[in-house]
Amino acid sequence: MTTTSRAVRRKSRPAAPPDPARPFLPTTEQIRLLDPAGTPLPAHPDYPVPPVEALVELYRRMVLGRRFDLQATALTKQGRLAVYPSARGQEACQVGAVLALRDEDWVFPTYRESMALTARGIDPVEVLTLLRGDWHCGYDPAVRRTAPQCTPLATQCVHAAGLAYGEAYQGRDTVALAFLGDGATSEGDFHEGVNFAAVFKAPVVYLIQNNEYAISVPLSRQTAAPSLAYKGVGYGVPSERVDGNDPVAVLAVLTRAVAHARAGHGPFLVEAHTYRMEPHTNADDAARYRDADEVASWQDRDPVVRLETYLRDRGALDDTTVARVAAQAEEYAADLRERMHDKPTVDPLTLFDHVYAEPTPQLVEQRAQVRAELAADQEGAG
Amino acid sequence: MASMTMAKALNAALADAMLDDDRVVVFGEDVGQLGGVFRITDGLAARFGDKRCFDTPLAEAGIVGFAVGLAMSGLRPVVELQFDAFGYPAFEQIASHVAKLRNRTRSALTVPIVIRIPYAGGIGGVEHHCDSSEAYYAHTPGLKVVTPATVADAYSLLRSAIDDPDPVIFLEPKKLYFASSEAQLPVRTEPFGRAVVRRPGTDATLVAYGPAVPVALAAAEAAQAEGRDLEVVDVRTIVPFDDGTIAASVRRTGRCVVVHEAQGFAGVGAEIAARVQERCFHSLLAPVLRVAGLDIPYPAPMLEHTHLPSVDRVLDTVARLQWDDQPDERWVTVG
Repeated sequence: MTTTSRAVRRKSRPAAPPDPARPFLPTTEQIRLLDPAGTPLPAHPDYPVPPVEALVELYRRMVLGRRFDLQATALTKQGRLAVYPSARGQEACQVGAVLALRDEDWVFPTYRESMALTARGIDPVEVLTLLRGDWHCGYDPAVRRTAPQCTPLATQCVHAAGLAYGEAYQGRDTVALAFLGDGATSEGDFHEGVNFAAVFKAPVVYLIQNNEYAISVPLSRQTAAPSLAYKGVGYGVPSERVDGNDPVAVLAVLTRAVAHARAGHGPFLVEAHTYRMEPHTNADDAARYRDADEVASWQDRDPVVRLETYLRDRGALDDTTVARVAAQAEEYAADLRERMHDKPTVDPLTLFDHVYAEPTPQLVEQRAQVRAELAADQEGAG
Repeated sequence: MASMTMAKALNAALADAMLDDDRVVVFGEDVGQLGGVFRITDGLAARFGDKRCFDTPLAEAGIVGFAVGLAMSGLRPVVELQFDAFGYPAFEQIASHVAKLRNRTRSALTVPIVIRIPYAGGIGGVEHHCDSSEAYYAHTPGLKVVTPATVADAYSLLRSAIDDPDPVIFLEPKKLYFASSEAQLPVRTEPFGRAVVRRPGTDATLVAYGPAVPVALAAAEAAQAEGRDLEVVDVRTIVPFDDGTIAASVRRTGRCVVVHEAQGFAGVGAEIAARVQERCFHSLLAPVLRVAGLDIPYPAPMLEHTHLPSVDRVLDTVARLQWDDQPDERWVTVG
């Protein structure tokens, strides 16, 4: 070794290798394409504004979604539903996610995604079956490509990974989108799901609606991470943060996430910052854990108003269209109200029909017992 | 007829199922190149490729949840949870999703998954490797719970499990993995829901399943020398349960002892005893007794023989079946 080469080595350190985590890290600021007042921000290089027709449709379904949500809350107060977890304030996430998908893609919703399911075109009565109480899942998940609404937290994250992998395994380009909330990111199944999806390069989009609360527990008790979007980097999953009350940004980010998954690059994780305007459910008292000023501050970031302002300013929406959409929403709610008014008929004998493909001898015996009880009741009543 | 081990028969069942149906995929921890810690999946990855038989991240809820998704996409997953107690992290997936998806969706979505679990003790295993966890699963409607005791049943019941439209918890007795017996594969034995009389007898019925079956058979042999002719019934499928075969046997013999390794309290034996007395009350000449594991956490290897049902303990229990019409001293004194 010569003196010269030693001198050279002393002078120049080898260049630091590129940070291998960089491709997975979210942007430090939430992706935002509209300001809270609905004024467009400068164009973002990675997230072009979606076509205006898509945004008008997004607006329409958000208005219908909000009306549905209000109606469901009203139905709860009238005793038609056992309980209803509202998603008011989260319309951009609920509807934007669904619009980013194709019909043949799969959705893995939680109990708070009723609005997303109606936006997907599922009959609202079938969506509310779970909460009305005549069965668990009211729609046909296989036909609707929509899993039953998941009440256990985060378990659907693993199902989405498996379904997406299974579809790809069989040569189909289906994408699975799993909804979850901020609280669910603390559950083990979230981590196992994201990890499985990453290891098997499964085409899944994980959409975390961070609405600041898991019932009463604030985000600060769920995580010490700078944001939930940083959960992806540990699994090698590209992740992004988006203003969840900016419908244009939500659709833009999810469109890119879905395209990433469909192209075979594996899962993508999105954290949408939003806010639950209502209590956890009608049975909850939010005043015990958050103050009115906080709720009011989010009123100014209403995603429906924000999109309407933007579309009006662009000349893509006028009074006539707004009125027509409002009328559609009223009609939708009236139809739902009317159909939910009828008490559904339930048949206790169907309790034994879907436990196994064929009932066990024990279930056959129990069915006969219930049948006899029902007959005796009828005789007694007659 | 060739002599083979239960491990070999299970391996052959997986291979034959994969050959017959390309929707069958096998996965879990160490099941790929290694062939499983008990070698039950030996050679499958090499033969069928690493898309059909593959290793997963080390996460049991992930394995089972992933299987749910795969089944929803139309595949037939067969997963291995490496040891009984390692199944507990997957319990929520099993109890809340695997077992209930058909019911929640009125049969629109079904998840025909086989969850293979090496279970029970008697092999000198350290803690968390020897649990008899069948009661947790049998208590969960929507699951079928199966455990073979013979080499032929190991093959046939596993094939039936993979063909079954419902999810099956397939419990493989570790202690019997390397026990050999005569079997000619492929073999099909009795279907799910049928218990089988392994040894006919006239004086009392021993009801057992999985690793307790050889113990019951050995006890019956020993009893023969003492002049008592015991019948041994192998339950085979805990769910669906065959009341008919067991009740018919007890009605014939008039006496019944249930034998299993799991702790007795709130165990499957309690269920069987209750069902037998409901159905055979007027034929019973003595109370239905149980020989079960002690109500303790599974003991350390050097103490496990005290915990496990033994031939002597079965014989002692049989001796208490009121052969001379005297009430059982044990219950009289405790009041």
